[in-house]
Formats: sequence, C-alpha cells, structure tokens
Amino acid sequence: MSLIRAENISFVYSTGTSFEKKALDNVSFEIEKGEFVGIIGHTGSGKSTLIQLLNGLLKPTEGNIFFDEKNIWDEPKKIRNIRFRVGMVFQYPEYQLFEETVYKDIAFGPHNMGLDDDETDKRIHKAAEFVGLREDQLLVSPFELSGGEKRRAAIAGVIAMDPDVLILDEPTAGLDPLGREALLSQIVDYHRVRKNTVLLVSHSMEDIARIADRILVMSHGKKIALDTTENVFSKGDELEKIGLQVPQVTRIMQMLKKKGFNVDTSVLTVEQGFNEILNCLSGV
Amino acid sequence: MVREITLGQYLPGKSPIHRMDPRSKILLLITYIVVIFLCKNFVSLLLMSLFSILIILLTGISFLKYLKSLRMIIFVIIITGILNLFYGSGDVLCELWILKITTGGIYNALFVIVRITILMMVSAVLTYTTSPTDLTDGLERLMKPLTIFHVKVHEIALMMTIALRFIPVLLEETDKIMNAQKARGADMESGNVFQRVKALTPVLIPLFVSSFRRANDLAMAMECRCYNGGKNKTRMKVLRFSKIDLAASIISVVIFAAVIFTNTIFQPVI
Ligand SMILES: Nc1ncnc2c1ncn2[C@@H]1O[C@H](COP(=O)(O)OP(=O)(O)OP(=O)(O)O)[C@@H](O)[C@H]1O
Ligand SMILES: [Mg+2]
Repeated sequence: MSLIRAENISFVYSTGTSFEKKALDNVSFEIEKGEFVGIIGHTGSGKSTLIQLLNGLLKPTEGNIFFDEKNIWDEPKKIRNIRFRVGMVFQYPEYQLFEETVYKDIAFGPHNMGLDDDETDKRIHKAAEFVGLREDQLLVSPFELSGGEKRRAAIAGVIAMDPDVLILDEPTAGLDPLGREALLSQIVDYHRVRKNTVLLVSHSMEDIARIADRILVMSHGKKIALDTTENVFSKGDELEKIGLQVPQVTRIMQMLKKKGFNVDTSVLTVEQGFNEILNCLSGV
Repeated sequence: MVREITLGQYLPGKSPIHRMDPRSKILLLITYIVVIFLCKNFVSLLLMSLFSILIILLTGISFLKYLKSLRMIIFVIIITGILNLFYGSGDVLCELWILKITTGGIYNALFVIVRITILMMVSAVLTYTTSPTDLTDGLERLMKPLTIFHVKVHEIALMMTIALRFIPVLLEETDKIMNAQKARGADMESGNVFQRVKALTPVLIPLFVSSFRRANDLAMAMECRCYNGGKNKTRMKVLRFSKIDLAASIISVVIFAAVIFTNTIFQPVI
C-alpha cells in the first residue's frame, strides 16, 4: 500500500485563455511511506507544479491523487487537512514570514490546525531545534534574521505542523556551501528521526545522489523515470538528452572506465569515488 | 490565476497604428473623444462609427480582443442605456407608472450606448498598440510644457513606468505568498468579512516587506547607473513624427471636420 499515488494526472495553467500552458502530462507514480524521494528535471519541467498538486494547492485538470488510499479531492471542503499532512516548503520560503516574532510565525501552522498552546509550544521548540535555530532567536522579529536563518525559520514553520510528508522545493537555493551542507544534513536527520516521507526538489545532482532513496525524473511535464538512485544515474546518456547530468564523480568513474580502468561506475559520492580509485590503483 | 489579469495590455505588432508616434496617438485620441461627444445626429454618429471600425481593422488585432475590452464596463453601458431610455422628450411610446419611454429617450439611449462602446474600443487601440514605455514617454513629452508651472513631469512619468512595470510582478508574488500561507493552513475562503480581512494579514505583510525591498533594490540599481533625474537624459528610442503620423493626422482632421459639418447641416436628434 502506497502513501501517495498519482493516477494519470495532467495539469493545465490558465485553461481556456490564450495563456494556456500544459505543465503536466499524464503522470502516474506511487510513493511509499518513509521514503526519501528526490525530484529532478530541467527548468520548467513541471516539478513545482507537481508538488503543488500533491498537497492540494492545485487541482489536477485530469486524473486523481490518492493520499493514504483516499482521493484527496473527494471532499474539497476538507482539503486543509491534506495540507496539514503534506507539508510544503516553497522555493525561497523566507518571503512568507509575517509575524512579530519567529516564535509566533512558527506557531501559525499549528494554530491553524487548532492545536492547544502547550502542544504548539512543544512543537515550536522541537522544530526550531531540528532546523538549528537558537532559543533566543525565537523571540526576535523574523525580519532581523539573516537570509539563511530566515529560511530555517520558514522551514520550522512547516515542520511544526508535523506532516506525514515533507515536500521541499529547492531548499538550498541561494545558500553558501556551508549553509547548504548544514541544511541538507538537518533534513536528513529529520527524515531519520521522524521516519516520515520526504520529497526534495533540487537542481544539485550531487545532493540528490547522496541523500535520496529513489529519484523521480521529469522532463517537459512528463515522468521520465521513478527508480532507485543507482539505476537513474547509471543512465547518464539518457539524462543528458533531457538536459540533466549525473553527479560529477559518477561521470569521472564512467570516463575512467572508458579509459580502461576497472572501476565501479555506480559510485555516487566523492568518498565512494575516492575509495574506488584507491582500490583500483592498489589492485594494479 | 492572477496572471490572467491584464492591465493596459500591449499586443505587439507591425500595423501602421503600431508604428505611429505615441504622442500623435494620444493627441488624436483626445480629439476623437471631443468629437464623439459633439455628434448630434445619425449621419455624424454613423461616420464616427465607420471611422472607429476602420481604425480597429487597421491595427490587425482580432476583433475579439476589442470585445473583451468591453467586458469590464458592459454593465455600465447597459445601465446608462436603460436610464437614458426614460430621460428625454418627444412622442410617448409607452407609459409605466411615472416612467415614460419616448422617442427622444430611445435616441438618447442609442447614442449613449454607441458612444461609450466605440469610445472604449478606440481607447483600447491606444493601449493595445503602444507599449507602456512608449506611452509614458509620449505622455512625458506632451506634458513637458507644464514644467514651467513646476510640475515634475519627468518624475510623474517615471512613477507611472515603474508602477506599470511592477504590477504583474506584484500579482505573481501575491499568488506565491497566498499559496505558501495556504500550505500552512491559512483559510482565506471562508468566514465573514472581518475574518477574511484578518486572514489577509499573512499575505499583506510579506507583500509590503517585499515591495519595500524591491523599491530599495531598484533605487540602488538606478543610483549605481548614475541616475539623477530627467535633466540631460537622452533616449535610446527617440520619438519621431513620421509620414504615418502625418497621414493619420490629415485623415483624422478631414473626418473630424466632416463629422462637424454633417452635424450642422442635418437635423440634430438629441
Ligand atoms: N502560475 C502559472 N501560470 C501559468 N503557467 C505557469 C505557472 N506556473 C508555472 N507555469 C508554467 O508551467 C511550466 C512548469 O512550471 P514549474 O514551475 O512546475 O517548473 P519547475 O520544474 O518547477 O521549474 P524550476 O526548476 O525552474 O523551478 C512552465 O513552463 C511554466 O512556465
Ligand atoms: Mg520550481
């Protein structure tokens, strides 16, 4: 039994006007509970559209989406409940902060869920800890935080709702290398501790290769593949055709193999690559 | 959804009307508006309508677009039309309580409807065929004489340009922020008026913050390029009064003169 199931979904923006634009075309897939799925695709391939459909911010033009085997649009009045269970962190989420203090801003989601103050308070502190915000930072205005800290606060605001599925749209865009690392490892920790499902949209093949169990590949509104990370990145040529690349180390391994070195080409991270090359050299 | 809202929508093209100088377009439109309100009989009104249709055909833009420009004010047209029915003198055609429909009323209604309709469509010609930059440029040049009265013409034009430029950006941003807050369970669709206004705070505050940020960035970028007001500013695209403008002006003046002439020789009906 899958947690999220999309059946032949299509989505058209601005139907019936001259701006009509088909952003998704007959996409079907299933995502299991507890998975970490990476979503990749070139700019405009429909990634952001797809994830907005999954938590009911957009309604599919055709097809159905099932959450826990229940069609999410069966009861349009209760779509908010789906949004609480499928938490969504948008691209550049720092622009959504609005409250007087970081604390109050993180409380916005839990309050909308109708949780009492005690429970909300507990969740805020836990969420802040997950994203690495200090206690004293909770009491300042969100507009006094730095860009990276603002982003953490915004992510905490979604985590505090304790969703079953957490969807992040390019959470590391515009952060420095250290900030990216820190944020990614916090997301990985979050996934490991809470054991919930995470969907991560990213343009960085390196990041995706390192942390995702499976990868959904999109191109021009169509699903190209949903497969394990190794399988997806073993098809470098096909990825290149749709404007994507395998991680740099994987490419290096594939080139070395072509030159006649006996290395494993399914390597995904720099450490694995390092070991692989060492093994190969010492074996000679 | 917000993207579909179009304000002063410009439809690029290569028609003679597109190639006209914005200044002559603005001036001719103003004259056109004056003349259309001078029409007092069917001959002159018909002449004006035919002229309007000629202009619209010349732009090469589908007639459907012009009908769409009417969509916003269709109710205004209908209501003024109906009100005018009961307002006028002449033979009484039918009587309902204190309301009388007279032949004069029918003429009034007809004139009002035709006038507003062609007026709106010809005004749409200006916005459809002139890019916002050209439009504000043209306005700035036309208002130039006002500088002797210390009117800050250049600043006003700049403000208009910036506002036009950022309206779509802000609309898109509103859409994004609304989605982000909805994802956190913000409920903007239900509740009474007060609850709904209150529910807008999470959208309005980020919107204000980002508008100020944008304004700041824009000011900084302009300063970096040594912007210091309109003085000594040269333009990449210099507005020129061309042969097309001359031809358009002559044709318009002839037609306007003909309209005024027919107005005087035929019996006025309103
Ligand atoms: N609000 C909208 N109205 C109309 N068209 C839209 C809208 N949002 C996106 N589109 C179009 O739908 C297509 C898919 O967009 P989407 O945002 O899903 O791409 P993406 O894969 O997230 O791209 P990126 O990697 O740049 O974020 C694009 O061609 C885009 O132009
Ligand atoms: Mg996107």
